[in-house]
Amino acid sequence: MSMNYKGDIMKILMKGNEALAEGAIRSGCRFFAGYPITPQNEVPEYMSWRLPQVGGRFVQAESEVAAINMIFGASSTATRAMTSSSSPGISLKQEGISYCAGADLPFLIANVVRGGPGLGNIAGSQGDYFQATRGGGHGDYRLFVMAPNGVQEMADFPYYCYEVAFKYRVPAMILADGVIGQMMESIEWKTPEIDVKLLKEPDWAIGVNNGREKRRITSYDLREGMLERMIIERVKRYKEIEEKEVKWEEKMIEDADIILVAYGTSARVSASAIKMAREKGIKAGLFRPITLWPYPKKRLNELANRVKNFLVVEMSLGQMIEDVKLSIEGKANVHLHARPGGSLITPEEVLDSIIKITKEGVKNYATIK
Amino acid sequence: MQLLNKKPKSLFDVQMHYCPGCGHGIVHRLVAEVMDELNIRERTIFIAPVGCSVFADMYFNCDAIQGAHGRGPAIATGIKRSKPDTIVISYQGDGDLASIGMAEIVHAAARNENITVVFINNAIYGMTGGQMAPTTLIGQKSTTTVSGRDPKVNGYPIKVCELLSALEGTRYAERTTVHNVAGVIKTKNAIKKAIKNQINNVGFSIVEILSMCPTNWGLSNNPSQAIKYIDEQMVKIFPPGVYKDIK
Repeated sequence: MSMNYKGDIMKILMKGNEALAEGAIRSGCRFFAGYPITPQNEVPEYMSWRLPQVGGRFVQAESEVAAINMIFGASSTATRAMTSSSSPGISLKQEGISYCAGADLPFLIANVVRGGPGLGNIAGSQGDYFQATRGGGHGDYRLFVMAPNGVQEMADFPYYCYEVAFKYRVPAMILADGVIGQMMESIEWKTPEIDVKLLKEPDWAIGVNNGREKRRITSYDLREGMLERMIIERVKRYKEIEEKEVKWEEKMIEDADIILVAYGTSARVSASAIKMAREKGIKAGLFRPITLWPYPKKRLNELANRVKNFLVVEMSLGQMIEDVKLSIEGKANVHLHARPGGSLITPEEVLDSIIKITKEGVKNYATIK
Repeated sequence: MQLLNKKPKSLFDVQMHYCPGCGHGIVHRLVAEVMDELNIRERTIFIAPVGCSVFADMYFNCDAIQGAHGRGPAIATGIKRSKPDTIVISYQGDGDLASIGMAEIVHAAARNENITVVFINNAIYGMTGGQMAPTTLIGQKSTTTVSGRDPKVNGYPIKVCELLSALEGTRYAERTTVHNVAGVIKTKNAIKKAIKNQINNVGFSIVEILSMCPTNWGLSNNPSQAIKYIDEQMVKIFPPGVYKDIK
């Protein structure tokens, strides 16, 4: 812990899951419901004692299904609500997420991803990319998805998620993984602290109505053509999110001959790998999508005008590579370095892949180690 | 001319989609009358389930929410804990509450959530066209028990009031009927008590109401037989009465 001259704490050492929980509270979260599952247990544990200190409510739900529906209820009153889980639990929540998306309810959900499918294992994985970015539940909808690469971003992202969620009335997801959830790093609080008393009640929230017109929160409309109209109205908001809220990071990309594309934990590994490649004289760069939906496809497409080789590094069986290929539209070679099942990728093995592509000229390189 | 009775303010004067002889319309009116009498319309949040009463969020003149099948008590938990000044009513049918939503209702009761549950038991899945419900009687015919419910194959009906009253968190559980005038009056009193309990922070209260479904009982030609069915068959398996009442 370090302090500035006034004695304020500047940096603190925190676990990813706890930084996420505190970050959410600082961003105005006042209701949390969740169910225990490794490796995200620190989130509900932290919330259980911390939320009451700020006048919030915590419920240990009987299931992930119940938890997401408690969020459905809480967020319908415009309370900043949050639930978290890990992969199998997120699968259980999909019905409720779909209802929330269909009812235009803003809330924060965190997935501290573990190895799957099924019970899988409890190691960090990126195997839920499709589930997070392609909907997950039934029907036409999108989630705003942010992928932190460490504890600092676990602390920062709840703020951005709530901002986007409430501005556009969409659910927002933080897609972390077991590594980021469990690691400890020093962080500082960078995002503004929200005073919930100053938050304006939106014109859709249900609650004590003091004689105003009745309000309804629903995800259905059986009248002919009306559901389509409802979805098309929502898609307009999705388009605006795609235009205004996309985030990414670039590292050593200006002169790169090969660009690694990776998010979260695999982006950290890739950052080490490009340094090692540069030491060997290979001009490698890193492109890190920070929002997974909307995906930074315009920028990737631009880069493909100049760079001919992209290497997607992911702790999943080749999921994000589909977005990279869709972004690049066949302008460059897209290679894959993938490890599923909660196995960590090492910088050395990524370097090996970089060498195979750049020095040995391998086309359509794909490794599943 | 003298106006003897009028429609409650808490219920919109609209055409409802319920079948002739259905009990939902009666119970809707009773809930609305109680809302009027307790002057809580402006702070009530009505939760519509999935099932025949799925559109009830449009009928009540108060804020309303329609949620996923069986999850009403979880949604109610989220609303009530976020906004304790609201009066939260979870309106549910037998498939919703006693089948797919059994975990949610049991745990809401166990937590003693300060909410009111209005539970319509008509022993059948109505909206989907008459399949066996968790409360379907032994021998009762449905589209998935065409020769009648056979306990060897389909098990036994679930008695919700008996089950929930075994939980420490349940404060008030009463079973009533709406198949005759006395039953309707008792039902209204029970709903009133269950909502008063919420106002007075007594805690989890549920009213189970035996209700007619002439359409899916195969009695649409003769709805009076549906009334008889409750009188002669249902009350034997689901005896009306107060199962729990803790002040």
